Amino acid sequence: MTTTDIQNEIIDNFSLFEGDMESTLFYLMDLGKKLPAMPDEHKTENYIVKGCQSKVWVFPTFIDGKVYFEADSNTEITKGLVYLLWSIWNAQTPDEILNSELFFIEKIGMSRMIGSQRSNGFANMIKQMKLYALAYKTKGA
Amino acid sequence: MLNNITHIRAQFPILHQEVNGKPLVYFDNAATTQKPKQVIDALQRYYELDNANIHRAAHTLAARSTEYFEATRKTIQQFINAKEEAECIFTKGVTESINLVAQTWGKANLNAGDEVLITTMEHHSNIVPWQMICEEKGAILKVTPINNSGELLMEEFDKLLSTKTKIVACVWVSNALGTINPVKEIIQKAHAVGAVVLLDGAQACSHMQVDVQALDCDFLTISSHKLYGPTGVGVLYGKRELLEAMPPYQGGGEMIKDVTFEKTTYNEIPYKFEAGTPNIGGVIAFKFALDYVNELGKENIAKHEDHLLKHFVEGVNQINLVNNNAITLVGEAKNKVSVQSFTINNMHHFDVGMMLDAKGIAVRTGHHCTQPLMQRFNLEGTVRASFALYNTTEEVDVLLQALSSIVKFSNR
Repeated sequence: MTTTDIQNEIIDNFSLFEGDMESTLFYLMDLGKKLPAMPDEHKTENYIVKGCQSKVWVFPTFIDGKVYFEADSNTEITKGLVYLLWSIWNAQTPDEILNSELFFIEKIGMSRMIGSQRSNGFANMIKQMKLYALAYKTKGA
Repeated sequence: MLNNITHIRAQFPILHQEVNGKPLVYFDNAATTQKPKQVIDALQRYYELDNANIHRAAHTLAARSTEYFEATRKTIQQFINAKEEAECIFTKGVTESINLVAQTWGKANLNAGDEVLITTMEHHSNIVPWQMICEEKGAILKVTPINNSGELLMEEFDKLLSTKTKIVACVWVSNALGTINPVKEIIQKAHAVGAVVLLDGAQACSHMQVDVQALDCDFLTISSHKLYGPTGVGVLYGKRELLEAMPPYQGGGEMIKDVTFEKTTYNEIPYKFEAGTPNIGGVIAFKFALDYVNELGKENIAKHEDHLLKHFVEGVNQINLVNNNAITLVGEAKNKVSVQSFTINNMHHFDVGMMLDAKGIAVRTGHHCTQPLMQRFNLEGTVRASFALYNTTEEVDVLLQALSSIVKFSNR
């Protein structure tokens, strides 16, 4: 699936809650559980996403022209947020990651859901994942 | 008890709103209390009718604002039963009050090897100012430990207190645990070794009767915004002889008697410590908060809040009975105010805070600016519910129901 297809699916799924905050949060926490386990040895200072209130780790690898992410967080709601990014960008090419516009964020009303402080943290996760993609693109080129 | 709770709630406009589609339940009162209409009206009236700088000009508005400003000083003097108004200095808040004492009294009185005695449950604002002055002076910071219920270990306090102790800086009521410390005993013991005592009254003054003369404390710090008044206003109470002997804190307008380029002489207390234009409107409106609390009666407020706390703790115990003790209460001192920290098994406090917010319930989550205290309990942080005079048992039930569903979710 393309990053656009995946985002459309996310928007459809969130629309089922019709803006009800509590069920949305429960759903987000359930999504977080779908994130593949991240080995503890990759949860080091180097792979912490800076500027997040919760702890978030993102560990990238580059295989056959595609970027693979391992990710985790110490809080469940944030883990759900990380999962959303992971589901869109895991196993995509650097170009796909760098060129994709994350239109789902506004459509699902993310900022109302998580508040400004967490929105900043979320923006940092996005920035970090794009930086990894850029690094691999530069390296691969 | 407060019987007319509907009438009381009607005085607080902010309470009558929905958050995330649910009626707001405000349980973050230990962070800041909401303001009654009287306080909001006073602030507006000041800027609409009376705004002028104080203690300076000869015109009518200046006279009026000065009169109202000083009326608050009179009210706070009576509120804490200080001997005289001059012993009450207006500051930005408790943080500034403590920094003022550390930087002036501390500068004049601490020497290398002297000791400053605090407790494990201090807010950062009663730790860091002392660390700063200790470092500058070569003095030593000592810390009285606590037990698992969150009570001071007084036998350890006795061991730590000595003639080397120059000041005991102690929180009267813990913001994170709600513990009421035995301050009368602490003051007597400290005085017996020649130490002075600063009480951090940020949390205490909205719950407890305050009588600085009966307590015989040397300094007391008060926060307006935790006492139903505006933010940006605090008070430092100090005994006259101590305040007079202290060097000034900041230099500037108001705090001087005469200025020449060769030498400046300083004003009398309290003005010596009130450099610059203060938060005049905030101070004036603070009086209305104090009057409001006086009108309801501290004893009645305390009984009401105590009832809410007991109701909450009983409810948590009920949830725990059928959920394998999923909620852990943090801070179970015998003598405490209506502040309750807790954690939920398998749930991060941030997540709990967000889920409660989704139900319109405002609580505090995190370390509550007491990181050393959290370390003492091996916690990164807690969820904290704190109850005030306008809260109801029905609101506590809303919180209990929400916690119950979070606990069920966490067990999935």
